Amino acid sequence: MNTEHKDYSVVLVGPAGMGIQTVEQALVKILKSAGYHIFATKEYMSRVRGGMNSTSLRVGSVPVSAPVERIDLLLALAPGGVSHVSERISPTTIILGEKEQFEQEIPAGIRTIDISFEQIASAIGNKLYSNTVAVGLLGAVFHVEGATLEDFVQKRFAGKEQKIVEENKKAIRAGFEQGLRLVQSGLLDIRLQPDSRVKNQIVMEGIEAVGFGALAGGCNFIGAYPMSPSTGLLTFLAKHGKRFGVVVEQAEDEIAAINMALGAWYAGARGIASTSGGGFALMTEGFSLAGMLESPLVIHLAQRPGPATGLPTRTEQADLDLALYAGHGEFPRAILAPGNLQQAFELTRHAFDLADQFQVPVFVLTDQYLADTYYNTEPFDLSDVRVNHHFVETQEGYLRFALTESGLSPRGIPGLGRGLVAVDSDEHDEFGRITEDLNLRTKMVEKRRSKEKFLIEQAIAPMVRPAPKKEHLVICWGSTLPIVQEALEVLGREDVGLVHFPQVFPLHPSTAAILAPARTRICLEGNAGGQFARLLKAYADVEITHRILKYNGAAFTVEEVVRRLKEILK
Amino acid sequence: MLDEKVFYPGKLDIAWCPGCGNYGILRVLQKALAELDIDPHNLVMVSGIGQAAKLPHYFNCHYFNGLHGRALPAAFAISAVNPNLTVIAESGDGDMYGEGGNHFMHTIRRNPNITNIVHNNMVYGLTKGQASPTSRRGFKTPVQPAGVINEPFNPLAVAIALDASFVARTFIGEAERTKEILKQAIRHPGYALVDILQPCVTFNKVNTYQWFKESTYWLEDHNPLDRRAAFSRAIEESEGGKLPLGIFYINPNKVPYNQAAGIYETDTRPLFQRSVDLEKLRGLLQSYKE
Ligand SMILES: Cc1ncc(C[n+]2csc(CCOP(=O)(O)OP(=O)(O)O)c2C)c(N)n1
Ligand code: SF4
Repeated sequence: MNTEHKDYSVVLVGPAGMGIQTVEQALVKILKSAGYHIFATKEYMSRVRGGMNSTSLRVGSVPVSAPVERIDLLLALAPGGVSHVSERISPTTIILGEKEQFEQEIPAGIRTIDISFEQIASAIGNKLYSNTVAVGLLGAVFHVEGATLEDFVQKRFAGKEQKIVEENKKAIRAGFEQGLRLVQSGLLDIRLQPDSRVKNQIVMEGIEAVGFGALAGGCNFIGAYPMSPSTGLLTFLAKHGKRFGVVVEQAEDEIAAINMALGAWYAGARGIASTSGGGFALMTEGFSLAGMLESPLVIHLAQRPGPATGLPTRTEQADLDLALYAGHGEFPRAILAPGNLQQAFELTRHAFDLADQFQVPVFVLTDQYLADTYYNTEPFDLSDVRVNHHFVETQEGYLRFALTESGLSPRGIPGLGRGLVAVDSDEHDEFGRITEDLNLRTKMVEKRRSKEKFLIEQAIAPMVRPAPKKEHLVICWGSTLPIVQEALEVLGREDVGLVHFPQVFPLHPSTAAILAPARTRICLEGNAGGQFARLLKAYADVEITHRILKYNGAAFTVEEVVRRLKEILK
Repeated sequence: MLDEKVFYPGKLDIAWCPGCGNYGILRVLQKALAELDIDPHNLVMVSGIGQAAKLPHYFNCHYFNGLHGRALPAAFAISAVNPNLTVIAESGDGDMYGEGGNHFMHTIRRNPNITNIVHNNMVYGLTKGQASPTSRRGFKTPVQPAGVINEPFNPLAVAIALDASFVARTFIGEAERTKEILKQAIRHPGYALVDILQPCVTFNKVNTYQWFKESTYWLEDHNPLDRRAAFSRAIEESEGGKLPLGIFYINPNKVPYNQAAGIYETDTRPLFQRSVDLEKLRGLLQSYKE
């Protein structure tokens, strides 16, 4: 066992419906409360029962926020579990599980500790408690106090039948004792230094960070139709929305969802439409309407692999072009793509202000990887949370589409002021009535397009690390940020810099100046076409010299990025 | 009572054919709203696309003239985020029952406090005379040269089957009675459907004023609280009889959306007047530390 790691990688594998997710959630909380940095990401099949799913946890004495291939400890909870992750097993891996079940799967020379979670659980009363036993064992191995574990069970099962609480306590204790035995016998003893900073940090999933950003951004309407991996936002707002005065409606389809969100903005609410690629394909009609109505709109588009239904529970960054070119006709839009939990919070929040201020649709472009990934981070900064509405009280004679110097017309809402607010999907005059006056048409096209300049002015600058003017630049966008960050640390080369784009469109005016001086420009993205590389060429006239692309449905891992960078930077 | 002129928008170039039933609907709706004392500043008309859908342009009120078939989701959201507004969703039969058929069904299920007026001329007007979902069998058009072979959509039967809270049909040739029904529908809390038979004098030479007059009659001795009776009256015509007019069905026990969702239980202000509760947000964030 390798005790040199500053972090330890634990993987759990088992079929859907077996409760791997439960173990993941429990360990995230328990290990965090014990003062460890924690990271968890899952991969799962698109089925409710069976198949093979896995959860990868990293437990650290230093912050960890990216997936690694390395497995230090593998908990295989059912036959097939070891083969499922065989490519990640190395001579340093220890496998924990019922040996008999995995006889065929375990490669020669790999250390195995024979433990039957099921047997221990059955002895307590039900093999369903296997999960709880596993949590107890891991708790002991990571030197978590027994009392902390029992506390957790008490809280977790509060409100359940007394018998269930008691049996789960027994199960966690049994697991804990097993774990202690392993530690005492020296078979498995993981020493990581807790970090006192962790205690005051928060731990959440990417999708929850988006939800938080929405609440902080004053979101009070969501229209959505369930589709992985966006559904978590709908669930989050359904869970907390009532307390915050959010109208949460599960629409009959995505077409309804986006039209609802537009209706909500029209009447002065802050609406979000949340979906994934297939759903957004249906929303493009309403998206174009946002352009014509000059309506603010926030769209959460959580990417998964396509075309069509693709791989429903996997990840990809291939809907950038969809977001960029969606909708017929010409009108501006902004696309924000959070790279980590802090950005998921801040950018979602920002999306509402940006949309409101400039009366344009704004995307929050996430993906399955970001949505389903947990780690601990500093609490979000709520100090300046306040909603600045950009609608006005109207006067008699109000013109919703008044032609102004700047291109922005003050936005009124019905029920506030003495003006009438008229919006129309046909080309319209300043009031909002249908027109076929071709001169006016020209003016309206120009007016709509002119708002792009505000979006450019307000664009978020790419993040450059560690310092500009590097020989080689690795360029990435969205959720790959922490992965590339760690890969560059591992690579440890002074001449390689990182440029991450939290806003992918429109580009910040500094883009070309930042990228152009580098000798090699390596663009890393989770798609097959190099969509962002193309965007950089088209909108900043920057030539990408190398691409690192991945499109098998899995997120990049740190080791993989290191390997691929080494190939390029020989 | 307001003067109906408050709803006149001034001189406009109206895009409807002379003699079209839409004019009648426009006037009757203006009268009904005036008699109900509805301030144009509290009235939002939501429509889709088509000849009927242009009506809000000829009205002095707030309006959201959106996409073909999509008036209802927008109307739902408007009424959900500001319950002080009177929301009327109006459009043609193609718009509401064809392109918007799915939304029609599900808006009924939501029961928002809106009035859904459908100009039913049994044809597509704006696209020049194709069949609509309510076109009768045998109706000939350039796209259905041998006559419509599909079963016509029966909006009333569908709405009653879905237990819509208010369901009525009228004919615009009967202005006074139409106005009274519209008034009841607008006053009704929850979703109200008013299907208005309306001749398209240009593209429907079969279902004319004369035809509607001869093929309809008013419901009498009908109890609109009786859902089974309402349903059997709604399917009468399919058995070859005339089309009944009037209020078919009212369910006074249905809870309107805003009430069921509890959004205005403790705070009656529309959403635009509220702001983020920072204390609650801090509390929620705190819970993620544990
Ligand atoms: C998505 C979409 N498809 C098609 C059209 C073309 N279109 C405009 S109006 C209309 C039908 C209108 O019929 P109806 O709703 O019965 O209204 P009417 O014109 O008869 O009043 C169609 C198909 C459109 N505007 N948008
Ligand atoms: S085409 Fe028909 S529905 Fe349209 S305005 Fe003319 S008569 Fe009326």
